[in-house]
Amino acid sequence: MNAIETIDLTKKFGSLTAVDRVNIKVEQGGIFGLLGPNGAGKSTIISMLCTILKPTSGTALVNGYDIVKFPSQVRKSIGIVFQDPSVDDRLTGKENLEMHADLYGVPASEKRSQIDKVLELVELSDRGNDLVRNYSSGMRRRLEIARSLVHTPKVLFLDEPTIGLDPQSRDHIWSYIRELLKTEDVTIILTTHYMEEADKLCKQVAIVDRGQIVVLDTPESLKEKLGGETITVKSQNNPLYVEKIKGAGIAKSVVIAGDEVKVTVDNAHTILPSIVNIAALNHIFIESISLQEPQLDDVFLHYTGRALREGGGKELSGMGAIMRRQIR
Amino acid sequence: MSELRGIYTLWLREIKRYLRERTRLASSFFQPLLWLVIFGSGLGLSIRSSTGLNYQEYIFPGIIGQTLLFTSMFMGISLIWDRQFGFLKEILVAPISRISIFVGKMLGVSTDSMIQGMIVLMLGFLIGVKITLPIVIKVIPLMLLVTLGMACIGLTLASFMDSLESYGTIMTFVNMPMFFLSGALFPVNNLPAWLQWVVYVNPLTYGVDALRAVILDGAYVSSFPLYMDLTIIIAFDVFMILAGTYSFSLRK
Repeated sequence: MNAIETIDLTKKFGSLTAVDRVNIKVEQGGIFGLLGPNGAGKSTIISMLCTILKPTSGTALVNGYDIVKFPSQVRKSIGIVFQDPSVDDRLTGKENLEMHADLYGVPASEKRSQIDKVLELVELSDRGNDLVRNYSSGMRRRLEIARSLVHTPKVLFLDEPTIGLDPQSRDHIWSYIRELLKTEDVTIILTTHYMEEADKLCKQVAIVDRGQIVVLDTPESLKEKLGGETITVKSQNNPLYVEKIKGAGIAKSVVIAGDEVKVTVDNAHTILPSIVNIAALNHIFIESISLQEPQLDDVFLHYTGRALREGGGKELSGMGAIMRRQIR
Repeated sequence: MSELRGIYTLWLREIKRYLRERTRLASSFFQPLLWLVIFGSGLGLSIRSSTGLNYQEYIFPGIIGQTLLFTSMFMGISLIWDRQFGFLKEILVAPISRISIFVGKMLGVSTDSMIQGMIVLMLGFLIGVKITLPIVIKVIPLMLLVTLGMACIGLTLASFMDSLESYGTIMTFVNMPMFFLSGALFPVNNLPAWLQWVVYVNPLTYGVDALRAVILDGAYVSSFPLYMDLTIIIAFDVFMILAGTYSFSLRK
């Protein structure tokens, strides 16, 4: 059984088609990334899968349950971390988790141990009894992740989990997510517009643009499709060096660009030592060497013809905006 | 069963939040005191009572009615608050029905108002109203009945609104006419006919009338028979609970 399977999933808001006949299958286990710029339709897809929004047409199976026919079963089997903050800051961390356990009908006998377990996972055990209003933004995010796990969901939705967080908090959250995959039998659906995040975490990535899935593959093969990686070398005898590298037959192409040699290869990490060896054998002195892997940004650019807008999340209105400004 | 547990936890949350807001608790204590002591004694000196009661005694049940109304209406804002701060999403995606969410919220708001109302009831001794145990036993369920309908008014309005400011404005438009035209501060039988009509459709009129009859225990002859007051209050509660659940479930 697939963790998620969508069948012509479509959502229209008036004349705007936010999600247009999306068909994806997500296997159980690992992290599946939905990648795209703001407004591409990622959150709308997630909202439908979480049964917050009803699809205009088509449907989806989450853990085998139809989202239109059995929303309640779907809800019980999933966990969600929303893009916008959604913890009650007038309650303590533990109280937030207790409420969640009650709402999801976690058996009373498991409630306490479950709460302790998830608090430990996100390293908030010693802050559980503090009011959430005294938490930092990173801690709130961690609490939200903990909360989404209290009822041991089979599928976990993380909608932009690290948006607006500092790099250190982001690293923390990534490590919790990896830890989680090791210890729990869970499938994670992650939306993000940070390429790096998708690259580091995801087993598979779907690029979403204008409500459609543009491409779906592993991050590695997406990058491979763009062609190889580039090694840039600056040596004291570029023409000789180019000749020798060509002679070794290990590169796809070797060219001189300015005062540098650009070598395109399939796998820079394994070929790099040979490149250096060639220089050493021929007594060519290397001044500098650098390596560029294609980024998912390039992949995105390739498939959509547009660069991803960096930074900035969805614009919030009202108190949400004020609050986010405060916690930043 | 799981729905009941959901209702319970939503109710508990509302109470916790309410009790943690110390400044609001303090102000809820002083506001009725101002009405009773300053307004009551000031105006009481300059009017001659036709009911045989002193003016403070007369308005005391009215102030309890006012407290129930104002607190319920004010706490209705918590629904907008939850929506603005995103917490509502967490509740809405939980495997629990919209009806249970509304009921949990309604019971929570009603309990907050009851706490407030009980505080005001205790203030009765300050102006010489004797609150005996039999009165307390009768007045608590009555207050609860009055509150439920009022809590639903607030939550129903809040279901349709997104901004705290507009709710504040609407709240004043509901609060003030309901309070002034409920007989809380003055007898309504001498009003011109068109205003009297407004008084009769105001559900708080019957609440205040019943509260006055119960609290002043025989010293006051109620405008309507008690059974009629109760019937109208209960009918209004049922209507508002249905209307509230319906409007709440309409919202995305």
